[in-house]
Amino acid sequence: MTHLDELESQSIYLMREAYHAFKKPAMLWSMGKDSNVLLWLAKKAFCGHIPLPVVHIDTTYEFPEMLEFRAWAQKHYGFELTVWTNFEARARGIGYETTDPVTVTHELKTVALQQCLAANGYDALITGIRRDEDSTRAKERYFSPRNAEFEWDYKDQPPEFWNHFTTESGPGEHVRVQPLLDWTEIDIWRYLDREKVPLPGMYFSRNGQRYRSLGCMPISKPVKSDARTIDAIIEELKVTKVSERAGRAQDHHERNAMQKLRAKGFM
Amino acid sequence: MNAPPDTAPTPKAAAPGAPAAPAARPSQSDHLQLVVVGHVDHGKSTLIGRLLFDTHSVPDGKAERIEAACKAEGMEFEYAFLLDALLEEQAQNITMDTTRVPFRTERRPFTIIDAPGHKEFLKNMITGAASADAAVLLVDAQEGLREQTRRHCFLLSLLGLRQIVVAVNKMDLVDYRPDVFDAIRTELSEFLAKLGIEPAHFIPISAKHGEGLLRGSGRMAWYRGPTLLDVLERFRANPPASGGPLRLSVQDVYRFDSRRIIAGLIESGSVSVGDAIEFVPGGKRSRVRSIETWPQSDPPRAGPVGSGSEVALTLEDELFVERGQIGAPLGDKPYEARTFTARVFWIHDTPLRSGELIPLKLGTQQAEARVLGIQRTLDAVTLESGTGTTGEVKVHEVAEIRLRVRKPIAFDVGGKVPALGRFVLMRGRRIGGGGVIDSVVDEPTATLGKGPVSRAAILGHRGCIIWMTGLSGSGKSTLAQALEQRLLTSGILSAVLDGDVLRTGLSRNLGFTPDDRSENLRRATELAIHLADAGVVVIAALISPYRLDRAMAAERAKEKGIPFAEIYINAPLAECERRDPKQLYRKARAGQILQFTGIDSPYEAPLAPDLELRTDRESVGDSIEKLTQAALSLARPQEQALDGAGADI
Repeated sequence: MTHLDELESQSIYLMREAYHAFKKPAMLWSMGKDSNVLLWLAKKAFCGHIPLPVVHIDTTYEFPEMLEFRAWAQKHYGFELTVWTNFEARARGIGYETTDPVTVTHELKTVALQQCLAANGYDALITGIRRDEDSTRAKERYFSPRNAEFEWDYKDQPPEFWNHFTTESGPGEHVRVQPLLDWTEIDIWRYLDREKVPLPGMYFSRNGQRYRSLGCMPISKPVKSDARTIDAIIEELKVTKVSERAGRAQDHHERNAMQKLRAKGFM
Repeated sequence: MNAPPDTAPTPKAAAPGAPAAPAARPSQSDHLQLVVVGHVDHGKSTLIGRLLFDTHSVPDGKAERIEAACKAEGMEFEYAFLLDALLEEQAQNITMDTTRVPFRTERRPFTIIDAPGHKEFLKNMITGAASADAAVLLVDAQEGLREQTRRHCFLLSLLGLRQIVVAVNKMDLVDYRPDVFDAIRTELSEFLAKLGIEPAHFIPISAKHGEGLLRGSGRMAWYRGPTLLDVLERFRANPPASGGPLRLSVQDVYRFDSRRIIAGLIESGSVSVGDAIEFVPGGKRSRVRSIETWPQSDPPRAGPVGSGSEVALTLEDELFVERGQIGAPLGDKPYEARTFTARVFWIHDTPLRSGELIPLKLGTQQAEARVLGIQRTLDAVTLESGTGTTGEVKVHEVAEIRLRVRKPIAFDVGGKVPALGRFVLMRGRRIGGGGVIDSVVDEPTATLGKGPVSRAAILGHRGCIIWMTGLSGSGKSTLAQALEQRLLTSGILSAVLDGDVLRTGLSRNLGFTPDDRSENLRRATELAIHLADAGVVVIAALISPYRLDRAMAAERAKEKGIPFAEIYINAPLAECERRDPKQLYRKARAGQILQFTGIDSPYEAPLAPDLELRTDRESVGDSIEKLTQAALSLARPQEQALDGAGADI
């Protein structure tokens, strides 16, 4: 087995475990490269089907190109799509124009997700986070419980080993299932390349720059790059020492911003 | 593959349905999963930080940011901070949880699993080490072997990790003296030998100064061995057990469309279309009709699909296969049994108790397991066995135990297929501990109960009567209540039949004449037999002063096939009168109660009781212990015998 085969098998194992263990699991999808790998793996895990709802938390600050991709991909793969927006916060005037990015991220992503879970009764969320993205994500579990307030108790995480996990959640609680934890950014690109997974075009160089990580329009900054193909992107990643989420403003707004966001329920 | 215009360009167009091009990379994964263990403060995070730094695996800006932060605090540059990104960690200087950090050298990619050394976080260390291919064991040159050093060694051996390199750290603090290094090497070698571990190398290092990691050190010219990275680059990335027989752990059976697809993980061996497979437990057999893939491959995939792979297949026959079953070749199946011995480590605050019923997970199987006995606990630090029998395994302890699951499960032993020879025990939603199966205990399956489906088989024990006789105030009720609790906690259905309670209900029309006393006991006996026949361990607490009545009770139980034990709760009259918990003796002496046993009515002490408890001489605890053993030997005779036989295993 190649390393990619091992990662693929492990992710499929985790997805199948989650699908079996929970009553109402859902899968998060941001249309970004990692979540597209997630969709692809789900198709493989469930033999061409995506038997669980796919959730997009729409902040209303999405790139139009990403929204086009969303519509296309839903039709292409065929799955049940749930789109959720925290309209209440938007009505209160929460937005990048007026508010700091950490608050906006919390309101329009975390709180929106909370509302979506409460409305739909999901008890598990399959997410596409990876350990190499961020030092707090590095400490994550494959099955990571969240209490009813969405809090992550990173100081007392359940043990997991030998393919055994915490696969139960209490009322109002949910478990984050994270099949891509062990993948690195380069693994993702190699897999996208090997499997020919469809992707939004914004990851590839246009006018000397490309997006390495995609989030809300006002706070996602492109990097300088001439990489127009996956091969070129991989070559670029081999030598870069700029961190993947450097272009995501909410991570760097204040010291430990990511830790604070994640402890309160951000992905 | 189509995409909306301008939105989803696939960089390299692939012909529809074409198989993925082979990757131009090494065909075999050489990715080494590495765990770093050792006592708290022996320098794990510093070592990892330094390895990352020296192999240029740190993102731009991170080292500079930490350097600035350290300078602001007036500290030296701290490599450990490269890892310890969380706020609390920097405050306490302790790694909080398992972290996985990828890095690569020219020879191979690595993932470091940072397992913390802080005592409370042993579960994280196990979480990390269980998935590692190799371990670096760090020992502080100044401090030498400490408690966690030894404990971690023990757990590495239990987890089956065999590739271990010892790094003696902080050599700079002992002036790079070879005698310090040699002393640690000698002591640790001896300890590891007892665990069956032979380290690949002992290497003197100073993580802080980068000595002995990527390059040697001029200050340790006396050391002629390899550097740490040399050793790590030569370790094997553990190949999955591909040589073994097929073991397919069934995760689920999907019926999204007309196909009935069995999905699962190949734990060992391989599977191809046409292979004959038996699913255990159960023993249903069929052949593989197809291996399902998405996108559909052309031609259809025929296999072999090897170990470590997820697979989805259909069978030639419509079998009822379910999650938890294991697919195996006809001639080489795993064991299918209920009782086995195992070494377990416990990582939950609530101890594992003898007699308790606890959920067990092995592969994708789940079953309730009864802890039949805890043979011995092992002190993971001294490797000494605990003395005598023990009732529980506490947090961070290791023990040899005997388990019996309620339904047969399939497993392998002796390292044949490691993944199917180990299990976890669940404490609530969390894993409470893990274990490795050592041996199967052959058990006669049909000795409990009667009929095809017996109550005993459901309950895990049989009904019986524990008949406690003795003077009023001798301690019957107290002991009966305590015994009931003990049995209930051990998962044994039990009930107290109390004389005083009978007298207020079933026998309320009776007095205390000899005839009425006999009738009262006849009713009590029949009630006890009914309850015991229904599977209950009946604890009768009755003065029952006459030998004849007790003999009749024993006789009736024998007729009905109900095990019966006569327990004499013996305390001298004077003592009972002194205790007088219900003030009955006082009333009897005052003539307010007539025909009171011991005062104006006789008590005929048993001539040959099955057990006699001198409650005036021994402690309540001792009495309860003896009673419990007596009750268990009646309720679960076979396990008692097994426990006895297992004592010298």
